[in-house]
Amino acid sequence: MRFRANLVIGGALVATAVIVGCLAPWIATHDPVMDANLMNAEEPPGRAFIFGTDAQGRDIYSRIVHGARISLTVGIVSQLINSVIGVALGLTAGYWGGWWDDFVSGLTNLMLAIPSLIFALAIMAILGPGLTSLLIALGLTNWSFTCRISRASALSLKSQPYVQAAKTLGYGDIRIMLTQLLPNMLGPIIVIATLGMGAAILSEAALSFLGLGIRPPYPSWGSMLSEARDTITTVPWLSVFPGLAIFLTVLGLNLLGDGLRDILDPQSMERRA
Amino acid sequence: MLIFILRRLAQTIPTLIAVVLLIFVLFSVIPGSIASTMGDDGRGAMDPQVVERMKKELGLNDPVHVRFVNYLGKLATGDLGNSFRTREPVTKLISTRLWPSLKLTFAAMAIAILIGLPLGFIAALKPGSMVDSVSMVFAVSGLSLPKFWLGLMLMYLFALKLSWLPSFGYGDGGLKYLILPAVALGVSPMALLARTTRAAVLEIANADFVRTARSKGMSETRVVKWHVLRNALVIVLTAIGLQFGSLMGQAVVVEKLFSWPGLGSLLVDSVFQRDIPAVQGSILVIVLFFLVINTLVDIAYVLIDPRIRYT
Repeated sequence: MRFRANLVIGGALVATAVIVGCLAPWIATHDPVMDANLMNAEEPPGRAFIFGTDAQGRDIYSRIVHGARISLTVGIVSQLINSVIGVALGLTAGYWGGWWDDFVSGLTNLMLAIPSLIFALAIMAILGPGLTSLLIALGLTNWSFTCRISRASALSLKSQPYVQAAKTLGYGDIRIMLTQLLPNMLGPIIVIATLGMGAAILSEAALSFLGLGIRPPYPSWGSMLSEARDTITTVPWLSVFPGLAIFLTVLGLNLLGDGLRDILDPQSMERRA
Repeated sequence: MLIFILRRLAQTIPTLIAVVLLIFVLFSVIPGSIASTMGDDGRGAMDPQVVERMKKELGLNDPVHVRFVNYLGKLATGDLGNSFRTREPVTKLISTRLWPSLKLTFAAMAIAILIGLPLGFIAALKPGSMVDSVSMVFAVSGLSLPKFWLGLMLMYLFALKLSWLPSFGYGDGGLKYLILPAVALGVSPMALLARTTRAAVLEIANADFVRTARSKGMSETRVVKWHVLRNALVIVLTAIGLQFGSLMGQAVVVEKLFSWPGLGSLLVDSVFQRDIPAVQGSILVIVLFFLVINTLVDIAYVLIDPRIRYT
């Protein structure tokens, strides 16, 4: 097997983010919320604070390390919800067809017409800020792609001889879907989920930046950037590091998704974008 | 052709009604009555009589389905209701924001197309080459950048450090105010278009009819121009439509960052002010923009590729 740069670099970036998130309490040098000290306010990056401190004297490095937990939680959980919804709807629609298929297709088109960030923003406006609302808002608004792919796969797979054989053996519909169809469409779904995690992390950052996601003082990368915006002339490092953290994590997920696609879903063309 | 266009337009109406219903239902389930939160400005509870009168005025005592039918009826005549805050018609609020929004969206899309398409095309001509690798690294980075962070960095560099461009605002509506927000908004669709174009050109370049054209001695320029580009364009056009359509929604963060007076800023401000009619109205216009762009793309297919006929 040839060397796949995107898989290796992407995997390394994602692994770093996951390790940092898991070990946050141990590798952070300060408490991300409580260790505010106005005597240390707006220290530039240096020996005591490698990424500097913010307006309240909190250590940026420690806040970024803890922020990884929020970003990764949002990315993984919301994408799991999206995948379950997308697969459940797409698989049943493709396999059963009929009015249910029409209904699901209509719903998918509706979801595609509302930009997912706007939809998530509307849900956040109703539920109010916070991690749980974010997981719901981002988990409900990005399943249309998974749904389309699983519907298409179910449509083409259901006429395969082994599915017909399972039917003849008297397998129930649900059992056929779970044991015969699902394993054969997992590749593209994993790829979409990986890329979707990056998109969810970007959306979380955007919503937190707008003040609708994670609220201060909790260290989300997006809300850190929102606080940093007003002081960009005097303390630019506040804006640089959280942004870099988002960029590198999402880049890692995108590269990993591309790499996985080359292996798991070699025929995809239009999904390559 | 005219019949096709009309039929295609008619197809968007059910989607539109479904969107209206969805937005309406979402905002009807908000906990706490709208009339009570409206008066909630820190000066203590409102007089219950006033709350009751406001509810009546806003028609909030009717059941949800009656309110929806009323809303839909008004919508059909172009009435989006009155803003809870300013008491002005929402259509008036939106109309002042629409032009800046359109300007930003078109400028960002122009950047995306002008750079993204050639980049993807050049990359596809020599797959695996240095040019290909560099442009694809550039593209995947562009997709991973948070728009508002890119905007913030651009603002820091070009406005605050170099003082070449204004840092925020709409100013007199001049070009120099438009450049930074448009670049910040345009980078991710540009990256996406570069990748789609590359994939589309590579796919078509390996197609049987291209090999046939080459083997019958057609010059390379003509093969690319007549066969590859034209066919790749149909695929690229889909990506352009989807990107373009959702760009107005994606602009929310960029508009807030640069204090750009577009629909996105109106939406976010209205959310914070709990100004439901303004929120519903702005979302509706953003969705309408998506539907219009994608309908136009569908019509463009037929013009580009005569084999596609929707009958």
